Parts: sequence; structure tokens; C-alpha cells
Amino acid sequence: MAAPPRHATMQSISNGGIAPGTDRPQTQQTQAQLSQQSPGLRVPSNRKTIYDRHLNRSRNAELSRASFAFLFGEMVTYAQRRVTGIQDLEKRLNEQGYPLGLRLLDLLFYRSTSTSSSALSSSSTSSSPPNRPLRIITLLHLIHGPLWRLLFGRAADALEHSVSPDTPNEYMITDNDPMVNTYISAPRDMSMLNCAAYVAGIIEGVCDGCGFETKVSAHNQPTELWPSRTVFLVRFGDPVMEREKVLERAGVK
Amino acid sequence: MAAASKAAIPSSSAVLGSISTLNNPSLLKMSYYFTILSPTDTPLFNIAFGTSKGGGDGIARFRFPETAQYMNQFIIHSSLDILEEAQWTNGGMYLKHIDTYPPAAAYITAFLTPSGARFLLLHQPPNLPSSTSSSSGLGSSSLLGTAGSTTRASSSSIAANPTSPQTEEAVRQFMNEVYENYVKTAMSPFYKQGMEIKSPVFRTRVTAAGKKWL
Repeated sequence: MAAPPRHATMQSISNGGIAPGTDRPQTQQTQAQLSQQSPGLRVPSNRKTIYDRHLNRSRNAELSRASFAFLFGEMVTYAQRRVTGIQDLEKRLNEQGYPLGLRLLDLLFYRSTSTSSSALSSSSTSSSPPNRPLRIITLLHLIHGPLWRLLFGRAADALEHSVSPDTPNEYMITDNDPMVNTYISAPRDMSMLNCAAYVAGIIEGVCDGCGFETKVSAHNQPTELWPSRTVFLVRFGDPVMEREKVLERAGVK
Repeated sequence: MAAASKAAIPSSSAVLGSISTLNNPSLLKMSYYFTILSPTDTPLFNIAFGTSKGGGDGIARFRFPETAQYMNQFIIHSSLDILEEAQWTNGGMYLKHIDTYPPAAAYITAFLTPSGARFLLLHQPPNLPSSTSSSSGLGSSSLLGTAGSTTRASSSSIAANPTSPQTEEAVRQFMNEVYENYVKTAMSPFYKQGMEIKSPVFRTRVTAAGKKWL
């Protein structure tokens, strides 16, 4: 019979007669060491915890679009259970995206510091680690460029500021063809629904993580050329606007 | 207390005193208290350790051991106000030395993750004034033969000066290593932001980073 792989610890202990004698003491010993230093810790069979994995291996780690579409479709179906209306559904999608935004923020900065490339900031200071965004504009550029590239492999299509003087706290990020909506067609009675509310939740998570209290919503704005064009409306809270004024006076960039 | 003993040393023997304290490796061990706070000030992780470089044993010896356990937390949390001010003027993640608490000679260094978690490191140099009484006798005998070891100690010792550039650089390396592990924790699908970090692997990793850099 073939020798069991070295990492199959449980197996080699339970059916010890089969396991080769040279292999057994070693595995038992390492297991004893592990349980000694950390009681109750269960290590995966290949002994690689999440702390042993690299965070920068992104080159060949891209997911297939089909499986993403399937998963996202299931997420929408899941969110659709026991909802009262479109707004409720969008709120649930938003809540699903929010924690992802918080995580992506840390990952984004980690990746750009460790490679120390100019991936994050378009400024000329490429060698220094990127700064946390302190002002609204830097934050929005971060979302528009690096975050979008991390998620979808390209930058967003437009970034605009509200022209109305009543709403200086509103900004718009436009995506002509959001990837999440590629395989989703809403029924006619739900034409208002935009499942990119999930992406809006991600944006909200990123803004909140940086300390910018925000409400983000996704809106359909189809054009002839881009039928699924989506506008993400970013509305910053009053405390953020107040702080923005203080920082502007202090000359913080 | 520190001021009183400083005044007691005559100016001529002050040099001797400082040399002999640098000379004695057992007196150079810094004590550290490291904690991670969530954006809403919930403690997520904390650990106390001592200098491991230059033959240190890695065990924290705080100046007031009986009160250290809660006083360290008090001191660290009291620096949060300063941190929140510095947060909006300095866009870097590593904010360097931000606060000092003179009664305990505690120096606080901060690192801020983009998602708002704060890494705070309290470092406390060993109690130097207690050694000055013996320095008058020791200093003269050890002055000649120990010039080499003195320079070695001062160049490599992070403990000698908590605000020196070497210390800041060492702490930066330490913080970056903890940050890497923190991101790995945060990326775990079973971890929600604001949860206590209980992973023993994380603790081992932070201890290793402390050994490596501090």
C-alpha cells in the first residue's frame, strides 16, 4: 500500500500499522510541539495557517468570471429572502459589501507598501509608502483608481462633484459597465433595482474605514452606448465636511 | 523621583555614571507593552515583552511591577487623544513617538492602519538612577578596558534612547511586521473588524517580531 502523505497526521496515527515507521515519530513529535505551545489550536492538515500564506500572490490568483457570477447571483437570491422591497434588498446587499470594503482597504495599503510601487498614488513620490487619505479628494481618487483596479482590473470611468450648491457633500463615481451586473437582468417590476448596491457597500466600507462617514447608493443611469451604466452617489456626513474645512484651512493635503 | 536623583549626581561623575550603566548589559533592557485598539477603542490584542537583542531574555521588567498591568493600559489609552489629533495632520501610517508619560518614563509610539486600527507600543527604559550609587566605584575601574563595548552598546542598543532614529526605525520595522500579520487576520473570513484577536499563531508572530527588531 502506498505511504500516506506526510501531512495526513490524523490518518497516520489512527491506522498506525500502515504508516512507515520513520515517518510516524516525526509527525507525532511536531504535533506534540504544536499542542504544547498553543493548546486547543487546530492546524490545517498541510500545517499552513493563514499567517504562513503570502498576501502578494495575486498574479495567478484571479477568479473565473463564471464562478463569480454564480456566487454573486446566489448572494442576491439570499438577500432577496424575506425582504419587503427593492430598498430593503439594496440595503442588504450594501451590508454584505461593507465588511469587504474595510478589509480591502488594509490589503490595498499592504500590497502597495510591500511592493513600494507607485500603484496607489499617482504622485511622483513612488518610493515612500502611501499615505492614508486625509482629504475627500484623495480618498475618492483612491477609490476611483487603485480600489477599482484591485476589484475589477481597471479604473472607474468618471469621478464628479455635485454641481448643485445645496449638496456640496455629494460626489459621483461612474462605472459604465459594472462587472457585478453583467449577468443580472432585473425583472420589469423591479427596474429600479441595481445590484451594484453591493459595490456601493464596499465603497462605504472603505470610506468609513478611513474615517469618512458616508452613505453610498447605486443608481441606474443607462445611456444608449452603455445600457448598464451605474452611478455611485457618495454622500459624506456633516462632521466630515466640517473637518474638511478645518483641514483645508490648516493646509493639510 | 528621577529629577531628585539627577540633581544628586555631581556633574563630574555624571559621565562616569552614564558610561558604566551603558556598560552593564543587564541595565539596558527595555520593557515593552504592545496593544492593538479597534477604531472604537476596544482592545483587540495586548502583549508585554522585554528586549531580546544583545543577550536580553525577552522578559518585561517594568519599573513598578505591581501596578504595571493596569497602569500601562491607562498610559496607553491616555495617549489616544494625541493620536487622534496627529491622525489628521500626518498622513503616514507610522506616526512615530507621540506621547511621553514622565512619572513612569513611558514612551508611546503609534502606528495607524488605514482601516483605523491603532497599534500602540509603550516602551519603558530600565530604571537608571538606582545604579548611580554604585557607579562611582565601578566607573573608574571599568573605564579603561571597556571603551569598545561601550560604543558597541550605544550603537546597537535601542534601549539607550527611546527617541533616537535607530529606535524609531526598529519600531517601524516591528510595526510593519505586525501590520502584515494583522492584515492576514483581517482577511480571514471568520474575523470581523472589532473582534479580539485570539489566534495563538498571531501571538507567536508578534513575539517573534519583537525578538527580531526590539
